Amino acid sequence: MINPIENLNKLFDSRIRLGIMSALMVNADVSFNDLKELLTITDGNLASHLKALEENGIIKVQKGFIGRKTNTTYLATKTGEKAFRAHIEALEKMIRSTK
Amino acid sequence: MSGQQQSLDDLQHIKRMMERSSRFISLSGLSGIAAGTCALIGAIVAYPYVYGHKDIFVDAAAGNELARTGHFSVILYTWLFWIAAFTFAAAVISAFIFTYIRSKKQHIPLWGTTARRLMINVAIPLIVGGLFLIKLIQANDIGLIAPACLIFYGLALVNASKYSLNELRYLGYGQLILAVINLKFMVYGFYFWAIGFGVLHIVYGAVMWTRYEKE
Repeated sequence: MINPIENLNKLFDSRIRLGIMSALMVNADVSFNDLKELLTITDGNLASHLKALEENGIIKVQKGFIGRKTNTTYLATKTGEKAFRAHIEALEKMIRSTK
Repeated sequence: MSGQQQSLDDLQHIKRMMERSSRFISLSGLSGIAAGTCALIGAIVAYPYVYGHKDIFVDAAAGNELARTGHFSVILYTWLFWIAAFTFAAAVISAFIFTYIRSKKQHIPLWGTTARRLMINVAIPLIVGGLFLIKLIQANDIGLIAPACLIFYGLALVNASKYSLNELRYLGYGQLILAVINLKFMVYGFYFWAIGFGVLHIVYGAVMWTRYEKE
C-alpha cells in the first residue's frame, strides 16, 4: 500500500503557506498587502514565506505601480498550481484512508 | 492530533482562505432585515400618494405649473420622489451599519479588494437600470417601473453572488420571478415592489442570520 503521507508536499507544511496558495488559486493575482490582511501576520514573516515559495518556483512576483506607489503582486505558477492540487488530493486521501 | 484530523483541519483552512480572499463574506443577514423593513415602511408611507388619496405634489401650484410644461424636473416636486430617495438612503445606511459590525466581529477589513469587486459588479446592472427607469418615467410608462426595478435588482444580485455570499443568488431569483409574474398583473406593481424589496429581503436576512450569525 502506498503511504499517502509521501504525497504531502513539505513546502506546504505551514498554515501560512496554505493560506497564501489558497488565495493565489482563486485569484488571478494578490497583492502583498491583501495577503497580509488575509493572514494577519507581520511583513517580515509573510516575506520569508513568499520567498521560500518563490525560490521553489511555486509562485511568481510581479512588480508594478499604482500611481507612484509600488504595488507588488503574487501569482501561482503552473508548477505551483499543480503541486498545490496534488497536495489537496493527498490531504483528501489521508482522510479517506483512515475511515 | 491524528494525521486525519490534521488533514481535515488543513482542508477546512484552505477552503476558508479561498473564500475570504475571493469573496466579500461580511454581508450580514441583519442588513437584509433592515433594508427590507425600510422598504416596507417606505411603501406604507408612499401608498396614499400612489393611489391618489393624497396630492402627489409637495407644492401643488409649482408642481401643476411644471407638469403642464412636461419638463422632467417636475419629478423633484413630487412626494414620491422624496419618499423613494429617503427610503433608498435609509436602506443603504442601515444595511451598511450591520455589515460593518459583522466585519468587525470577523476581523476582516470592510473595504478591500473583495468589497471593491463586489461594488463594481453590483453597480453595473444598477446604474444601467437607473438610467432605464428615468427613461420609463419620462415616457410615463408607470406600470413598468416596479417590474423594471425588480429585474435590474435581481440581475445585480445574481451577479453579486459570484463575489459575495452564494445565497444572494436565490434572493436574486426571487426578485426575477416576482418581476415576471408582475408583468402578467401590471396594475399591482406597487405590491410586487413591496414584496420584492420588503418581504424577500426580510426573509433572506432572517434565513442568513439564523444560519450563520445566531449565537
